[in-house]
Amino acid sequence: MIRYALTRLALLVVGLFVASVLIFVTLRVLPGDVAQLIAGTDSTPDQIEAVRDQLGLDVPLPLQYGAWIAGVVRGDFGASLITGAPVLAELAQKAQVTVPLGLLAMAIALVLAVPLGVMSAILRGRAGGTALSVGSQAIAAVPVVWAGMMLVVVFAVWLGWLPAQGFPRAGWQQPLPALRSLLLPALTIGVVEGAMLLRFVRSATLQAVGQDFVRTAAAKGLTRTQALIRHGLPNMALSVITVLGLQAAGIIVGAVVIEQLFSLPGIGRMLVTDVGNRDLVKVQGELLVLTGFVLLVGFAVDLFHRLIDPRQREAT
Amino acid sequence: MNAAWPRRLWRLSTGRFGVVVCAIILLTAASALVWTPFDPQHVDIAQRWLGPSWPHLLGTDGSGRDILSLVMSGARTTVFVAVGSALIATVIGIALAALGALTARWVRESVAVLVDILIAFPVLLIALMISAIWGRSLWVVIWAVGIGFGVNIARVTRPELRRVLHSDFVVAGRASGLTPAQNLYRHLLPNVAPVFIVQLSWGMAVAVLAEAGLSYLGVGAPVTQPSWGLLLAELQQFLTVHPLSVLWPGLAITMTVLGLNLLGDALREATDPTLSRTDERVREPEVVA
Repeated sequence: MIRYALTRLALLVVGLFVASVLIFVTLRVLPGDVAQLIAGTDSTPDQIEAVRDQLGLDVPLPLQYGAWIAGVVRGDFGASLITGAPVLAELAQKAQVTVPLGLLAMAIALVLAVPLGVMSAILRGRAGGTALSVGSQAIAAVPVVWAGMMLVVVFAVWLGWLPAQGFPRAGWQQPLPALRSLLLPALTIGVVEGAMLLRFVRSATLQAVGQDFVRTAAAKGLTRTQALIRHGLPNMALSVITVLGLQAAGIIVGAVVIEQLFSLPGIGRMLVTDVGNRDLVKVQGELLVLTGFVLLVGFAVDLFHRLIDPRQREAT
Repeated sequence: MNAAWPRRLWRLSTGRFGVVVCAIILLTAASALVWTPFDPQHVDIAQRWLGPSWPHLLGTDGSGRDILSLVMSGARTTVFVAVGSALIATVIGIALAALGALTARWVRESVAVLVDILIAFPVLLIALMISAIWGRSLWVVIWAVGIGFGVNIARVTRPELRRVLHSDFVVAGRASGLTPAQNLYRHLLPNVAPVFIVQLSWGMAVAVLAEAGLSYLGVGAPVTQPSWGLLLAELQQFLTVHPLSVLWPGLAITMTVLGLNLLGDALREATDPTLSRTDERVREPEVVA
């Protein structure tokens, strides 16, 4: 187990390194003069020179990269080219919206997908099962933006239960309004991600039903549902955890779009704004944090998987 | 690939649905090249916010543009992006899979690690990264999906390629004097093609979702281009007053994605004889907008 963890940790470090190089190289080497891009088309040569200086663009690329990474390791992600505010502080502040939004969305996805997925497998071949299966397939095809708009129409416009947009200025100092304004965005991401998760739970359940140990348990006198819950569930949990890891990336992506739709001051909306402003220092920091998070979740899922699956433990 | 697969595909209800939806979208896009009921960009303030009625079957938007015409010409953009990303994904996927399966051991292993890392990059983040440099363009979407899905294809195709590579008929082909290129063309490609086509179908669904999401965010289609995602962004401002108009572009996207997803599922079932109907494995969810 320890050997596996170390190998996997090495892979994580390599992954973070490759990710940082890719982000850096893409933002510096893609066609176009970066300084010109940032300064704008109607800038004077002096202004362009100033930007070049500020970014250290005259230094060779590997040194520029080294300086950036050395800063990142020390917790210094640089400062915004436009406002001059430190990137990390702003990321931390915006995370106060994005992290609760992501967790809430994940919780909603799980609460919807696990029971409905198991039910859809048990009811397979009957009307209810088919309806769940078709419904989840259809919802998984819905673009997150549009799902959000439909939910706004129903819950904000028609029923008037929840706010259609915005986040309280005072943030979490007003916990209830803050939570209320996150409910609809989280529900949007949760429903769409949940539909995908549901299909996984369903197929994992179907596989578990076919396993010998579940059949044996049923033969010993347990009902099919009892056998499934006692012996099938632990096995299903394994594959569901793997998918949940993948869904972390889906939730980040969903947050980028949904924060825009609901005007939430989170990391995703900040990233889109910074991309529009060509604030490359901020963009590279934000991209590194987000991809780093996805890689980290993958690492955690793999370790956890190995830890709870006795079959894999014996294999090492 | 068995020659009977088109018939098997048509016999599946999901396959029929997928084929029909894709055909409708293709026909719509093709006809929108030459004809739409109205000029999609024609502004007529007197006709703004009409409900669905004759002659504006899906109504009009806030500047009196015909929504049906906008949705029809948006199909052009969707097809363009889907086909473009599929081509790039094919090239990247084949190149990485070949590198990862046919070369020296250390190259193979490094490519495998690289692919595992690249998989973690969500398409949307790749797109935002490219867009920071290129600005707003459909090519941002095409390249982002092409790269993101090419990597995905490589990961699925590589083990398949290696399996086929060590199968008896390829070894026999080599023994009977075929050059590697002949062997690749005659034995390898036909056997890997089914896995590949299925992936492409799913990849195009990702492209459609990504185009909509990215154009909505303002990093995809430029404002002059008809696009479903852009239309959603424009209509969103009036969501509280005219909720019905948002329905149509959203439905168009959902149906297209559903059609491509189901086509992929059905293609896999029709081309893979080892997959029985009871063995319903679901693919890993794809990360898009």
